[in-house]
Amino acid sequence: MSYAIFVNGQIHHVEDDGQTPLLWVLRDTLKLTGTKYGCGVAQCGACTVHVDGQPMRSCTLPLEIVASSQITTIEAVEGAEAEAVRAAWLARDVPQCGFCQSGQIMCAVALLRTVGSPTDGDVDTAMSGNICRCATYNRIRAAIHDAAGTLRGQTT
Amino acid sequence: MTESKVEKRRFAMTRRRLILGGSLVGGALVVGYTATHPMQVAGAILQGGGSDPEPSVFGPFVRIGADDWVTVVNKHQEMGQGIHTALAAMVAEELDADWDRVRVVDARGNFRAYGPQLTAGSNSVASNWDTLRNAGAAARTMFVAAAAARWGVSPQSIAIRDSIVSHTGSGRSATFAELLTDASRQTPPQAPELKQPEDYRLIGTDRVRRKDTVPKITGGQVYTQDVDLPDMLVAMVAHSPRFGGKLARFDASDALKIPAVVDAFAIETGVAVVAENTFAARRGRDALRVEWDDSKAETRSTPELFRYYHEVAAGRTDIEPNVLETKGHPDAQFGSDVLEFTFDFPYLAHAPLEPMNCVAQIDGWDIKIMSGTQLVTLDQVHAARIGLTIPGKVDIEVLPAGGSFGRRGTATSDFVVECLRIARHTNGRPVKLIWTREDDMAGGFYRPMVHHRAWIELGPDGFPARWRHHVVSQEMVPIGGNFQNFEGITGSPYFVTASVVDGKIFSPSHPVQCGFWRSVGLSHTGMVMEHIIDQLARQARRDPADYRWALYQRAGAARHLAVLNELCLKSGWGSPIETGWARGMAITECFGTVVGQVAEVRIQEGRPVVRKVTAVVDCGIPISPDQIAAQMEGSIGFGLTAALYGAVTLKDGFVQETNFDSYPILRMNEMPTVETHIIRSANRPTGMGEPGVPPIAPAVANAMLILTGSPTTSLPILSGNALGNSNVSVRS
Ligand code: FES
Ligand code: FES
Repeated sequence: MSYAIFVNGQIHHVEDDGQTPLLWVLRDTLKLTGTKYGCGVAQCGACTVHVDGQPMRSCTLPLEIVASSQITTIEAVEGAEAEAVRAAWLARDVPQCGFCQSGQIMCAVALLRTVGSPTDGDVDTAMSGNICRCATYNRIRAAIHDAAGTLRGQTT
Repeated sequence: MTESKVEKRRFAMTRRRLILGGSLVGGALVVGYTATHPMQVAGAILQGGGSDPEPSVFGPFVRIGADDWVTVVNKHQEMGQGIHTALAAMVAEELDADWDRVRVVDARGNFRAYGPQLTAGSNSVASNWDTLRNAGAAARTMFVAAAAARWGVSPQSIAIRDSIVSHTGSGRSATFAELLTDASRQTPPQAPELKQPEDYRLIGTDRVRRKDTVPKITGGQVYTQDVDLPDMLVAMVAHSPRFGGKLARFDASDALKIPAVVDAFAIETGVAVVAENTFAARRGRDALRVEWDDSKAETRSTPELFRYYHEVAAGRTDIEPNVLETKGHPDAQFGSDVLEFTFDFPYLAHAPLEPMNCVAQIDGWDIKIMSGTQLVTLDQVHAARIGLTIPGKVDIEVLPAGGSFGRRGTATSDFVVECLRIARHTNGRPVKLIWTREDDMAGGFYRPMVHHRAWIELGPDGFPARWRHHVVSQEMVPIGGNFQNFEGITGSPYFVTASVVDGKIFSPSHPVQCGFWRSVGLSHTGMVMEHIIDQLARQARRDPADYRWALYQRAGAARHLAVLNELCLKSGWGSPIETGWARGMAITECFGTVVGQVAEVRIQEGRPVVRKVTAVVDCGIPISPDQIAAQMEGSIGFGLTAALYGAVTLKDGFVQETNFDSYPILRMNEMPTVETHIIRSANRPTGMGEPGVPPIAPAVANAMLILTGSPTTSLPILSGNALGNSNVSVRS
């Protein structure tokens, strides 16, 4: 079947089975490979994208369900929060192998868009669905706080 | 002074001889693994591992371009451990290059140019320390000579700083790019002078940072999973659900009805389904009907296997042990006051976040492979065997790996070989083999299951007088008599007061494949030795730090002593701590690096909670303090995951933990804060990818011993029942 999906501000017509997880549509059909496959069962967060602004696990979202949503992937996430997060990630050299980091960044950006000054508890809640097998957690936490600080500085 | 003389002599060997030396090392390893294929061994040595790389007058590891950038060639696998950074810093330091204009590229598999390409044993820093400093220093000498000649001044009056070559007297200066042609005409010196550590401007500073962060935060980094080639197929394989099972028969008629499924066929490891995309391959595989022949398969369950291991340790089977440590009369009778310790450890999966995968294409005699792989040279040999060609025809593009922890470095090159076997069926079309998370978890090459049994008699002074130690564990590789599983016991400083040591390993063999798992043998011996020592200290009514101090002192273990002293200082050892909390300590040496950790632990609802870990490391000259800290943090998270949760168990031979819901990984809310302190050292640097793992489990267990009075006798701490042991329970 043919579906029209909105990804990164563009409309794409894709011929795929409606049951195909969004993850594989992004990766195989649209060649947006920044979104990773880590578990396929919504356990690791490596496949996180924004669906209508919400962080969602694309590995368990069938194509037919997201056909009318606005989808944003790591390749196109932008705005003040995304910039602040990337700058903080870079300043602390957060990634090790890097494989989880697209998903981590998508979740961190979504967190900062809703909570300006997250507490450690907020960070735990927002980020505990994302596994980092390299255990870069402390740097992720510190970078989120850095990014929040940057964003507060920009608004005052 | 002595050290630099030795180094000069070593480099005085010609490059040809250095590389020949490398081939012999690689040759020996290759012989050990594939003795039945002497032609491939000969091929690896004689033909090299590929065509010449991009030629550079500065040797195989350094390229300098007209853009003034210095490119360092990384012959190792970057899997998160940051090796690319450490290697680049060695070159940049000696070359006095501007670090901000240094980039790193990953070498393709090329035995002739780079020697053996094997990333293992936290060895890449140590094994490249001479080669890469010499490469940088040789290039520097060539620029100095070129500038001296151009300006008619003595080489001694030339300085280089941040890639600018200058003459102090006249104020003249030039960039590398401007001097490039002249420099390339110089003869590379055989024994360039190397800096003394006190003159380092880059190494050891916080400027030595990763070079790959930007692609990893933009989604731009290409891993094997992301490779997309024209006309590429995607493959998945139905593997035997039991280890050692063989394909009996299969029916692919339903699979082949699925649009975009191209073919399905039997290969040595199961049934391969190839399709135009990943999801179709997955659906095709799900639609297969497969019957397995389990006549030679492992059908036991984990509790049964442990019972069997206990029988083996007690000497009640016909498995003959291998003696790995002995002192005095090993057969000596032990007295009745002997203390007895037992430990059980389960299989552990590496579970890197990127499951195994590989891209391969066979085109006549030529084989092309793209994959993140630790043992490139070995893969070339195995690939040549499968593709019926010579290793020189196997071109491997080594991609960064989304984690590995030893999984992407197996003696059989398992997933690379599997991909090639599929590629033989695709008429020259490239094929990307994808393992699902479930394939990866159930796919073996685990840290082995291990049983330890130790009998120790204390002398009147409270220190070990007799120590008998039996280990039962499958071999990780079929060479070396299983010594890898005894590392950490062998040569322990805790044997110094013992007049009798009797160390043996029993190596049962069954179809579950085992392999190297981050920190290898220390992943269990570290726990055993460090938890025993706290129990002995308790028996002797001494403080654990004090007890270790006395043993290290007598053993002359100067580096352990220094780590212990610093650890006590930085962790507040001995100072009061809130009620309900306790500190536990452990110190291990792994691949030449000594690490001590103190964990602050309390027990909440029956579970240990670790809030903070203070870590001290002696890894010789620290190259990148930031990356040393990063590896310490990561290793603690990795080791704590194993300590709390890690277990792959079998039920009737079937793996029970096949995804992260049943094989939990430590998450953000459980990660302790980590403080890393680095011992100042002028010794040759040693590795950091693995040595931070072993101490955390015993540090936590030692704190729990204080809190509960009960020793930990098996891991993981939180799911002992899965192992069929009744002796694991957390008391609060
Ligand atoms: S791949 Fe989707 S959550 Fe793991
Ligand atoms: S950086 Fe490797 S999994 Fe997170």
